[in-house]
Amino acid sequence: MKSAKLLSATALVAAASLTFSACSASDPSADEPVSLRMTVWTSNEGQLALFNEIADAYKAEHPEISSITFDPLDFDSYTTTLTTQLAGGNPPDMAWMLENSAPDFVSSGALVPLDDTLSATDGYELDDLSDAATKLWRNEDGQLAAYPFSTSPFVVFANDDLLAAAGQPTASELQASGKWNWDTVSDIGSKVNAATGKAGFIVRDFEYTQWDYLSTVWNGWGAAPWSEDGKTCTMNSPEMVDAFTFLHDAAFKNKSMPGPGTTADFFAGDAAFTVTQISRASLLAESGITSWELLPLPEGPDGEYSVIGQAGLGALAQGAHPEQAADFIAYFTNPENSAKLAKYFPPARTSQLTAETLSAANPVLTQAQLADVVVPAISTGQVRPSHTGSAEIQQEVRSGLDGLWVDNPDIAGTLDAVCDSVAPLLEQ
Amino acid sequence: MSNVIDDAPVVLAAGASPRAAARPAAGKRRRKLSQGDALIGYLFVGPQVLGILLFVILPLALILYYNFHEWNVLANTFRFVGTENVERLFSDPKVAPVLGATAIFSVGLVIGNLGLALLLAVLLNRKVRGITFFRTLFFSPVVVSLVAWTIVWGFLLQDNGGINGLLSIIGIDGPNWLREGPTAMVSVIVVQVFKNVGLNMILFLSALQGVPREVTEAASIDGAGRAATFGRITLPLISPTILLTTIITIVGSLQVFAQIAVLTQGGPGISTTVLVYYLFQQAFEFHRFGYGSTLALVLFVIVLLLTIVQWQLRKRWVFYEN
Repeated sequence: MKSAKLLSATALVAAASLTFSACSASDPSADEPVSLRMTVWTSNEGQLALFNEIADAYKAEHPEISSITFDPLDFDSYTTTLTTQLAGGNPPDMAWMLENSAPDFVSSGALVPLDDTLSATDGYELDDLSDAATKLWRNEDGQLAAYPFSTSPFVVFANDDLLAAAGQPTASELQASGKWNWDTVSDIGSKVNAATGKAGFIVRDFEYTQWDYLSTVWNGWGAAPWSEDGKTCTMNSPEMVDAFTFLHDAAFKNKSMPGPGTTADFFAGDAAFTVTQISRASLLAESGITSWELLPLPEGPDGEYSVIGQAGLGALAQGAHPEQAADFIAYFTNPENSAKLAKYFPPARTSQLTAETLSAANPVLTQAQLADVVVPAISTGQVRPSHTGSAEIQQEVRSGLDGLWVDNPDIAGTLDAVCDSVAPLLEQ
Repeated sequence: MSNVIDDAPVVLAAGASPRAAARPAAGKRRRKLSQGDALIGYLFVGPQVLGILLFVILPLALILYYNFHEWNVLANTFRFVGTENVERLFSDPKVAPVLGATAIFSVGLVIGNLGLALLLAVLLNRKVRGITFFRTLFFSPVVVSLVAWTIVWGFLLQDNGGINGLLSIIGIDGPNWLREGPTAMVSVIVVQVFKNVGLNMILFLSALQGVPREVTEAASIDGAGRAATFGRITLPLISPTILLTTIITIVGSLQVFAQIAVLTQGGPGISTTVLVYYLFQQAFEFHRFGYGSTLALVLFVIVLLLTIVQWQLRKRWVFYEN
């Protein structure tokens, strides 16, 4: 018995030692060299090389910083992984954040306000940041909790090879004839599907689960999932019912959009049109599509519109070195580095939102495409929907909308039910 | 507990025999040997005990502790909420359908897995040419990565996937397997049955090969048919293995996560949201670690109760327990 007690005590002491040593490992010491870690969702070699180049230049000026690492996490589970790292006592010093999780991070106080650090940085030109781009990332005191390092508009890429194979006009011909609207896109998509078996149009990343990507369509109907103040569900508004009727018809009646459970990738040549962010242009090089075009989102019944996706970069308050992290963010996003990052991430700086700057960094896109499509979309675009408690709202709406993606659904009734279930979450 | 050595001092009395004089030395040797054995034994069980303490007992204790707290990971706040999470459990309208989906999945998996495993074991319990190939074939999914297996099945079960492609050859317009409530649950169960049936099959095969031939031959001589021999002789004799596989499969069925996360994400609606997946959503997606801990306790209690019930019932139907 004595031995059993001794063994148990030893095991407990070992467990406690492990726990305490794990805790103490994160305690920063003022004299020790500082290591910074930033979680990102890209594993693109070119992007990581650029980040490392900027980090190396920063380290050269700041000998107290021993290392800066960029930690790529899986995009699909990015926010979950990040919060798990926080819960596990292993928070990164800096993190990318998607626009849909911005309200949670900003309102919770998880991020260190950046204003003081940014304005104290020589040559930062804080006023150059567009108000529209920073709106989502300001806390209730108006402080900038994260820097919107990417403001990427949703656009349409058209596969003219496939349109020609189906005997349909090219996207620019449609635009020139004033027919660049959703009805025409669906009609032509339907004909492409009938002629080639390929998909007509795709809303990339929607996949009948990530419903907020449909804002790139329903904004054309003047619809929104909730009111401006975020308190009232408007998923059952007449405009939203019309938008979902259009989408349902496209998937189930006209066959212009792939139905649920069907995969099609525009960049593999599977579709005539795709709605996606401009940053996906990099996929065109290996797509095998020889003739493609870039267009703004098609006009909806409510007229022309644009939608942007955003990504923010913030310093986590729970990180071991929040001050140093904020300082590195100031360096990472200064005018010079912002221009470099514009190669991959459309900047939030108004002085850099010109076709000239963007074309210097984006060899795939012509200056005309950038001037006609990208710059206006960034200037006027509405940010993809976001709300506090976004993960639960996302899940609640997704499970409600599942009832809509069947033959002959009661669209208005389904959207009423979605609002009933999501309303308590919006009120929180 | 039985390794107690008498520590009382031994005094060699005058006139005592040499054999008696040798006794203390032998006792010392035995004690030394016993202590050595004990140390080796503790060294062997030490890592296991430490692992259980760190990864089972400690998390269980923490879950119980978190159950009474609410932890906002982003705001880094941790506050005592008493029984709030337990009250939430009883007022949460999703708990009943989630437990229902969990029960359907478990029952479907246990019946499907054990039934198919036993059938395969009986079919493969023969001395025919190439039997090893078939045994390997049916066992091979067990060693395949679970996520890889599930992703491949996810492609096969798409509306335009391989299963419907095969069905269309024979003129059947297959359903959208993962997007319709009933077929989604059936699909997840079938994918899991095929993944692990090989393990239970091997256990059954081993049990079947342990059934004495003379017993079945005697039954046959007494005029019992194949079905009667199997039902009345073979099944009772392999009942300990049936108990083992039933417990393993039920416990495993309650822990299913990856298949749901990869194939359906709990949908359509919440028709395939089983308890572990719901727990994951609450804790890691909605950041409600306190409520997630309460759900984990529910899972623990369910597994414990089911195991106790089966253990108690074993005396009624497990052959060697009588």
